[in-house]
Amino acid sequence: MDKFTTLTGIAAPLPLINVDTDMIIPKQFLKTIKRSGLGVNLFDEMRYNDNGSENETFVLNKDAYREAEILVAGDNFGCGSSREHAPWAIKDFGIRCVIAPSFADIFYNNCFKNGILPIALPQEQVDLLMTEAEKGANARITVDLQEQAITTSDGQVMSFDVDAFKKHCLLNGLDDIGLTMENVASIDRFESEAAQSRPWV
Amino acid sequence: MSPKTLYDKIWDAHLAHEAEDGTCLLYIDRHLVHEVTSPQAFEGLRMAGRTVRAPDKTIAVPDHNVPTTPGREDPANMTEDSAIQVAALDKNAKEFGIHYYPVSDIRQGIVHIVGPEQGWTLPGMTVVCGDSHTATHGAFGALAHGIGTSEVEHVLATQTLIQKKSKNMKVEITGSLRPGVTAKDITLSVIGATGTAGGTGYVIEYCGQAIRELSMEGRMTVCNMAIEGGARAGLIAPDEKTFDYVKGRPHAPKGAQWEAALNWWKTLYSDDDAEWDMVVTLKGEDIAPVVTWGTSPEDVLPITAKVPAPEDFEGGKVTAASRSLDYMGLKPGTPLNEIAIDTVFIGSCTNGRIEDLRAAAAILKGKKIKDGLRAMVVPGSGLVRAQAEEEGLADIFKEAGFEWRLAGCSMCLAMNPDQLQPGERCAATSNRNFEGRQGKGGRTHLMSPQMAAAAAITGHLTDVREVM
Repeated sequence: MDKFTTLTGIAAPLPLINVDTDMIIPKQFLKTIKRSGLGVNLFDEMRYNDNGSENETFVLNKDAYREAEILVAGDNFGCGSSREHAPWAIKDFGIRCVIAPSFADIFYNNCFKNGILPIALPQEQVDLLMTEAEKGANARITVDLQEQAITTSDGQVMSFDVDAFKKHCLLNGLDDIGLTMENVASIDRFESEAAQSRPWV
Repeated sequence: MSPKTLYDKIWDAHLAHEAEDGTCLLYIDRHLVHEVTSPQAFEGLRMAGRTVRAPDKTIAVPDHNVPTTPGREDPANMTEDSAIQVAALDKNAKEFGIHYYPVSDIRQGIVHIVGPEQGWTLPGMTVVCGDSHTATHGAFGALAHGIGTSEVEHVLATQTLIQKKSKNMKVEITGSLRPGVTAKDITLSVIGATGTAGGTGYVIEYCGQAIRELSMEGRMTVCNMAIEGGARAGLIAPDEKTFDYVKGRPHAPKGAQWEAALNWWKTLYSDDDAEWDMVVTLKGEDIAPVVTWGTSPEDVLPITAKVPAPEDFEGGKVTAASRSLDYMGLKPGTPLNEIAIDTVFIGSCTNGRIEDLRAAAAILKGKKIKDGLRAMVVPGSGLVRAQAEEEGLADIFKEAGFEWRLAGCSMCLAMNPDQLQPGERCAATSNRNFEGRQGKGGRTHLMSPQMAAAAAITGHLTDVREVM
């Protein structure tokens, strides 16, 4: 997995609540058996017109945000389907950090497995970053995972929470399965005990 | 011993390892796999030279992207991408030696219907699947939730998940439901009360008289939509109805093991003095038949209400409601029961079980669908379909003008050719009314099977109590 340490980049504003994973990557793009190449279809139904041309009013189609690496959005981001194609598409587009007042549980977990940092902040702070993001390409935001700090272009700093284990994995680009395998003796022990106590499983 | 909730008890019974920082490895008893979210996970195993740790606890079935029309056993009758995903699942199931129900098997169906039907899902288990509606299995008092593809790979390789414990929420539905009100109305009304993010960070236990009075099918409908309320999982404590449902199923324990299992299952309830982080109570008598008007499952109102206006809301919901109304093509103040529909979809892991088909057929018996309407029934599994045919339900649907399809997810997520056209309005028994969910530009109103059947007859959203 790719590491996430610090990131300085353009933040794109998407001031919508309940952005669901169908919106992030519609089902017709779930037909792939690969993880790559989904970026071009990120937010497909909002991003393209029926004839396939770009919808120029959509934020990621505006020149200032084509290179965005951070997304600032509304409450309950990533709700709905468990499809990991959603973070795959976000990452493939080039976005490495999503900031919102809250995230849906499965999407939040999926981000960490793909080198994306989701940051939940109080509404007032998201509002402030949304205003900042609306300034366009000149307003670059810095996200420092080690320090758990976000710095705006005019030097305002805000801190954020992240689970210590998830932070450790993201900072070092660690593979979850490899880490779990270090505890394989515990799994073996549990499995043999459970075979005695709950043999019907 | 300190009092525990049902969730606490199942969690404790599956804790394989706990690190100093509280990160846990939770052992997984059943891993359900389908064709859309698993290919990348199996590919990951291959690339790392890993294998499936517990193939006996891993069950695969294609459902999301399969056609529901005859002849689908032949890949030539599938779209190319469907055929590729189904072939990949077929290959992975054989190569890794996991249980498998191909489309040619009468037991094939939606993974969340097949699991309980075959007795894979049992009380007190941990059940995961790369699908958010895995919460369905919580109806048996199993801790069940959806996971992403990386986690699918993790469970395949280690039979565990890296987890932190969620908080405990109790949702109590007191009293009894009134006629015409169903499990679907309960679960939508709860989401209406708590919002789609209200359950984030929680595992919900549904309890109370109205829940006890539901059949197992109804309980599955309630738990199925726990995820739409943001919760990691929904649970209902097992009781005699649960044990009766499970007993004799192909993979349920038998003989002495049945007795041992039953003894443990009977301890699976929340202690009287257990502590809850949040409690929500609804009166069963107050719940009405409901429909959704917008593009989030929280946009739910009794069928007797009117389409709301954006200014009825606060905060980010004002913009969201305005966007929803525009997408749905609705004007504030329109009575919900005057909204004309084009299509009816009965099926999905929410409402594709035999009881759902019986309920819809009871409304449709001897009636015809409104002229010009497109209507389809997609049974949740091949066995549900066969049973419905045996009971004469299929004939009722067909005589009314419904298409009678083969089992699969179908128009719930519209990955296969069963899709809405732009602007087409659908009365659906599924679980999500998101923009584009049932087809780009399609407009979805969620409701119970009874309500969908009533709408099929009149051609507009209808209070089922008027046609009962």
